[in-house]
Amino acid sequence: MTAQLTPAVAPSRRTAARRLSTRVGRVRELGIVVALALVVIPTAIVNPRFIQPQSLRDLLLNASIVALLAVGQTLVVITRNVDLSVGSVLGLSAFLTAQHFADNPGTPLLLGIGFGIAVGLACGLLNGLLVALGNVPSLVVTLGTLYVFRGVDFALAQGKQVNAANLPDALLNLGSARVMGIPVLVLITLVVIVVAAVYLRSYRSGRELYAIGSNPEAATLAGIPVAKRMLTTFVLSGLVAGLAGALWVARYGTVDAAAGTGLELQVVAAVVVGGVAIFGGSGTVTGAALGALLLGTITSCLVVLQIPAFWQQAISGALLLSAITVDRLLALRLAKALRTSEGTSHA
Amino acid sequence: MNTRLVLALVVSGAVALTACGGGTTKDSAGDQTGGATNAAKGDPNAALKEGLKITFLPKQVNNPYFTVAQKGAEQAGTAIKAEVKPTGPSDAAASSQVTYINTAAQQKQDALVISANDANAVAPALKSARQQGLKVVTFDSDAAPDARDVFINQATSNEIAAGQVKLISEAVGGSGEIAILSATPNATNQNAWIEVMKTELAKPEYSGLELVETAYGNDDDQTSFQKTQGLLQAHPNLKGIISPTTVGVAAAARYLSSSEYKGKVQLTGLGTPNQMRKFVQDGTVKSFALWDPSKLGYLATYTAAALASGQITGAEGEKYKAGDLGDYTIGAKGEVVLGPPTVFTKDNIDQFDF
Repeated sequence: MTAQLTPAVAPSRRTAARRLSTRVGRVRELGIVVALALVVIPTAIVNPRFIQPQSLRDLLLNASIVALLAVGQTLVVITRNVDLSVGSVLGLSAFLTAQHFADNPGTPLLLGIGFGIAVGLACGLLNGLLVALGNVPSLVVTLGTLYVFRGVDFALAQGKQVNAANLPDALLNLGSARVMGIPVLVLITLVVIVVAAVYLRSYRSGRELYAIGSNPEAATLAGIPVAKRMLTTFVLSGLVAGLAGALWVARYGTVDAAAGTGLELQVVAAVVVGGVAIFGGSGTVTGAALGALLLGTITSCLVVLQIPAFWQQAISGALLLSAITVDRLLALRLAKALRTSEGTSHA
Repeated sequence: MNTRLVLALVVSGAVALTACGGGTTKDSAGDQTGGATNAAKGDPNAALKEGLKITFLPKQVNNPYFTVAQKGAEQAGTAIKAEVKPTGPSDAAASSQVTYINTAAQQKQDALVISANDANAVAPALKSARQQGLKVVTFDSDAAPDARDVFINQATSNEIAAGQVKLISEAVGGSGEIAILSATPNATNQNAWIEVMKTELAKPEYSGLELVETAYGNDDDQTSFQKTQGLLQAHPNLKGIISPTTVGVAAAARYLSSSEYKGKVQLTGLGTPNQMRKFVQDGTVKSFALWDPSKLGYLATYTAAALASGQITGAEGEKYKAGDLGDYTIGAKGEVVLGPPTVFTKDNIDQFDF
């Protein structure tokens, strides 16, 4: 999109376009916040218990694992790729972490979680190598590894289940612990969001991800190590999914090989709702995390409002479609505005 | 794009994904009509033969539920000096048991104890095996009634559902709002149980209980968590939750144990002792129920031996003794019911490991 920009572009025009793109970015995040308010306020009026501390904590906790995955996914999607294997990576990491804790009762908490992260990292590395070096489209690779990782999970689990009674209290407490009223899992998620946001915003390699997503050929010509950057995003996405797997154990306490099945679609939905362009080049991790919070909140409020179970999925889907429509309209307007500014500058 | 690679990966994964089964949401086929017709009469006084060869065929090997059932079958085998041979597929696909049935027939086994993956897919193979002289006993999940001699049902819908209502009534002290957290909205056995629960709740002794909502957690941890939270918020006066599914009850217990509702809202359901141990110990759950899979395997093996020894033929009304479990009578449609589910509490949960 922006590859046509040349030094000849008039500074005023260029800043105008950039200002517009920043504004659109903000509008998107603001839009999600407004949507959140539109969901929460009427629900709270109908049922005041919806905004009690316990309920607000639950809303944040429910969103935190999907939000984590959405952060990793954003890094990948920005480079015009997608990682469909995150649900399976989470499942594999969750089961192996739980089993590790169950088999080795004395395992220190951080070591066990580190084990889960390492499992995720290994999965991400495999994805990344296939995409970056094998030059296979990421959709195909991760669709394949989605089944492969889940298959490995089933093979290792052999129908077993790890129960809360076999897990150390330190780990289970992590799932329900709070610091100043905020659940620890939410704090961990916030830290990951902030780190990823700063990386994407202020680091050269982070900015290069946007360039790759905007126009991979141009990025290559500009000397950006495209393959290396892509590999990094998949490794990071796997790493975050591994962490999410370990936290899943802490939160749910009962883990079998089916943990996180189908989660990848929720994650992609959160990313899209959060304003990350599915064809790469734009979007923020904050938006994606807010998207996860919005989707989780919608599900919870449909339950609280006692919408019949049969309708809940349909309503969630409709809201998702409307979010994507708004995203597309905004993207088209932005592209048009950028084209106009370039066009005039060349004239 | 290398479409072949995609296909290969997807197919290999899909095969792996089908490997699941066992538990409380599968549909027991016990309500089917029909019955085994047996012309010959059983001799109740015939002694159990020794050295019987019995094949034990679960839905899939490596499934914890059936591993426990198999232990029971092997116990029974030791008690009656029979040779119990466990075998089976690694996936619970509809047709995967057929080759194992044929093999058992070729090996001239005396009886086959099977939990059918699909009521109809195994029927032709079972019929052919019966023609070759094998006695066929189904347990946990029935085959078409004309393809087996006897079906061992874990518990009737009535026993399960009435037991659940009784447990929640005791836990909440007989009055208050209650809700149900089920599996999927279209699970046959779940819906049958919910219907019986509603009938039970209409009885005078439960007039203090009011069922305010039935939620569906889809046998998924995350969804069950959210539905539990939703129930608690939508109904401020909720006193108890029944979750007649192993995934739902564990998720609800985990949520309650880590929330401010612990001890204020009661929970019961169908769960395994290992799954629920933590929550019974920490006081979140007072009691819950499940049948003992090992007794199911034990009874099925004894029944197979009684059939092969000519004690019974599978006709309605026939009585026989199943070792430590005592006397059983064959009911309508060649069905034997194991008995009411076991109730687990803080006092007895440590005696169970499954």
